[in-house]
Amino acid sequence: MWKFTVRRLLITTPQIILLSAIVFILAKMMPGDALTGLIDPTLSQERIAEMREKLGLNNPWYIQYRDWLAGVVQGDFGQSFKYQMPVTELIWQRVINTFWLSLVSTIMIYAIGLPLGIVSGRYNDRLIDQLITGYTYLGFATPVFIFGLVALWIFGFMLGWFPTGGSVEPGLEPGTFEYILSKLHHLLLPSLSIALIGTVGTVQYLRSEIIDTKQRDFIITARAKGAPERRVYNRHIFRNSILPIAAFFGYEIINLINGSIFIEQIFSYPGMGNLFIESIMLRDYSVVTALVLLSGILAILGALLSDIILSVVDPRIRIK
Amino acid sequence: MSNPLLEIKNLKTSFRIGEKYYAAVDDVSLNVNENEVLAIVGESGSGKSALAFSVMGLHNRAKIEGDIFFKGKNIANLPTKEMNKFRGNELSMIFQDPLTALNPLMEVGRQIDEVLILHKSNMPKSQRKKYIIELLERVEIPRPKHVYNQFPHELSGGMRQRVIIAIAIANQPELLIADEPTTALDVTIQAQILDLMRELKDDLNSGVVLITHDLGVVAEMADRVAVMYAGEIVEIADVDTLFNNPQHPYTRSLLSSIPLLDDAQDKLHVIHGIVPSLKHLPREGCRFSARIPWIEEDAHEEQPTLHEISPGHFVRCTCYKHFYFPDESKEDQNHDVAKS
Amino acid sequence: MTLLKVNDLKVHFPIRGGILNRKIDAIRAVDGVNFEIRQGETYGLVGESGSGKTTTGKAVMGLNNITDGEIYFENELLNKGSKVNIRRDIQMIFQDPYSSLNPRKRVFDIIAEPIRNYEKLSKQEEKRRVQELLSQVGLSPESILKYPHEFSGGQRQRIGVARAIALKPKLIIMDEPVSALDVSVQAQVLNFMQELQEELNLTYLFISHDLGVVKHMCDRIGIMYNGRYVEEGTKEEIFNDPQHIYTKRLVAAIPDIDPKRRQDNFKFREQVKDEFTNSYNDYFDEDGLAYQLKPITDTHRVALPERG
Repeated sequence: MWKFTVRRLLITTPQIILLSAIVFILAKMMPGDALTGLIDPTLSQERIAEMREKLGLNNPWYIQYRDWLAGVVQGDFGQSFKYQMPVTELIWQRVINTFWLSLVSTIMIYAIGLPLGIVSGRYNDRLIDQLITGYTYLGFATPVFIFGLVALWIFGFMLGWFPTGGSVEPGLEPGTFEYILSKLHHLLLPSLSIALIGTVGTVQYLRSEIIDTKQRDFIITARAKGAPERRVYNRHIFRNSILPIAAFFGYEIINLINGSIFIEQIFSYPGMGNLFIESIMLRDYSVVTALVLLSGILAILGALLSDIILSVVDPRIRIK
Repeated sequence: MSNPLLEIKNLKTSFRIGEKYYAAVDDVSLNVNENEVLAIVGESGSGKSALAFSVMGLHNRAKIEGDIFFKGKNIANLPTKEMNKFRGNELSMIFQDPLTALNPLMEVGRQIDEVLILHKSNMPKSQRKKYIIELLERVEIPRPKHVYNQFPHELSGGMRQRVIIAIAIANQPELLIADEPTTALDVTIQAQILDLMRELKDDLNSGVVLITHDLGVVAEMADRVAVMYAGEIVEIADVDTLFNNPQHPYTRSLLSSIPLLDDAQDKLHVIHGIVPSLKHLPREGCRFSARIPWIEEDAHEEQPTLHEISPGHFVRCTCYKHFYFPDESKEDQNHDVAKS
Repeated sequence: MTLLKVNDLKVHFPIRGGILNRKIDAIRAVDGVNFEIRQGETYGLVGESGSGKTTTGKAVMGLNNITDGEIYFENELLNKGSKVNIRRDIQMIFQDPYSSLNPRKRVFDIIAEPIRNYEKLSKQEEKRRVQELLSQVGLSPESILKYPHEFSGGQRQRIGVARAIALKPKLIIMDEPVSALDVSVQAQVLNFMQELQEELNLTYLFISHDLGVVKHMCDRIGIMYNGRYVEEGTKEEIFNDPQHIYTKRLVAAIPDIDPKRRQDNFKFREQVKDEFTNSYNDYFDEDGLAYQLKPITDTHRVALPERG
């Protein structure tokens, strides 16, 4: 088990280094550089050249990459020219917001997906299954940003049940009960939008796993033992069908990153996704680079997590 | 003779294809006594597995007509809840493929434990574990304490089949249904498993229904044999009679189509035509007549029934009296076929 | 005339492990196998699962990487760079007629596939060839447009045979060709293969665990255990005069069709089993592997230790 994890981590390290190089090179290829946003248009050409030299922008790319990487390793992504603050500090606030959004979305995805998948798989081809399957097709067909917009329009603006922007009511003392409640209130609609669309994959996957497991020979063995249907389902069918879903958990993170970019924008929720779009619009490159690198690392870690979960839960590939 | 352990009367098991029901087991009657092995032989599509599953009540969407008396109680169409008191307890089953019949994600010990939890609810856990280890020893699994915690994929096919047998005998069943128990195994393992099953049967004094297509296994295991074709029993006899004096054309054809070890046949007998699918089973007259077209039509009965031609030896239809293989002349019919 | 000669064949599969996932050991699936097949004969390769019989067959077919050793076909060395023309002389028939045919392809395309790989024929010629092949294996030439699922098991195996003989091969490797079939269908396919062998002057390498079928079909037989040969001989030698304890056990394990001999068989089997346990060390080395084959007659070779 630990051997597998160590081996998997060893593979992950070069992946992350490669990712950082790609991110850096792409950033370099974009028009403008870290200086662009800092320049006062009245400055003379000589002064600019001097600043470039001082910031190391005239060095060969590998030196620049080394310097950048050295900073990154120490948590220094440079300055955001728009917010005039260190990128690390800026991202940190946003990461926490996105973390909560993702957490609540994940809980909702499974809270909705597992029961629907189980019911749909158990009663396959009956009316209830056809309804659930119908919902999943709709979910696959609807882009999350459209759904988010509609939800915002109906429940935020028309019915006024949920706030339409921000992550918390302004003026509340952090740590108080009201503060937490308000946070949660702001989270509900965006997470629900992500979850209702994001869960359809889980529903479909679980449904087909259950239908598949139902027809396995060992289910007949269980029935031949005299096990009541409830036990056959709980001990054999669901248990065996949910394991691959559990292993998929890590990949779910990757989905959430993608989903949150649109949703945060739509709900003006101050998270990473929202910041990402904003920074692209404003060519705030140091922020963009940091965010791309961060989500890339999250994706790699998500895949790693899935592999590790799978190796833990499935005795057939469990490594001793 | 006292009441038979299992008495099947006019059993008809039908499956739905499209709008209609088609009988895979068609009016089958037979009984099994204590400490007796009844083999049911047939090729795929003969209905032998459907028969076994009907007795166990394991069919999902089949229509079952007729009676199945187990120890005098009719268990045909019994509600699942009541059937579950029998299954895994007095009535248990061994399956064909040991590679798929065990839950891949559950330790061997727990899979055996399940059948104890279900039927011996008052047995404390520690005692159950001790008993399971004994069971594993009984089915000759080496290092039972270690195997208790292993997963199926860590065991060989033969070992897994022993685990399945352990599950089946855990509650000392009175009737054991074995559906092709050795088909998926190598010959030397097959011999060992058959030995084990024979011993266990004698120990428990249970009746065994052995479903198989392998006539060698039948010759080694069975006391009586029922041959099935197209959902019907075409011949039933004690094992010596069936092998030494087979009568029904299908039984005779089957016996002459297997390559024998001590016989230098040049050509194997080939049964004319193919086994009809469930939807296209002939439902009227002699169902085997299409496979022996060279036999005159009036040799067959219009409504073939089982005839008792000697005590305990039943043959369906009258065509057996007129049957000969196409490569022998009509005159020397009914001789030397049976020598095997 | 020797058609196929297998010389000290080894096929090892690496076992990977450790943090860097390097090769730490190997499964010796085939570990030093020698045999020859003569033109026109049926050679049986017998063993239980894991004995290496299928791996050997696949190695001859070129489907496995050979770790060591040589395979000669008509005195030409077969290896990775072999001339394509030799490869087309060897064809294979698989065990399961249900899964070895692509369900989405029509019979026409299934049978024509090997022809297309080696020959350039016009559509018309190709169609005629496939129809000829179909009637050769006893299927109606009209069935070229059908899909595999429209056929019974025995008919599917015939389609497999038609594909195998499409290029007029000299050697056909048959891996458990009838194991998945019912007894009566099995008889049909076996008879048919014998007829085909005479008609096309074919040589068969017949891989099976079913000794009854092997005895019926084969002229000479090799018995494999744990990747090595334990015995090789003519059909009579193997069945009437088995020398190696494993062969004895294998032969004893075959169910007898006569219920009257049941008790004797049990006793005999027990006896052989005890002999197997007691003399195991005389027949196998410390690793549980068979020794090198030693000739005891011109045709009969047995794996016995040096001193024996």
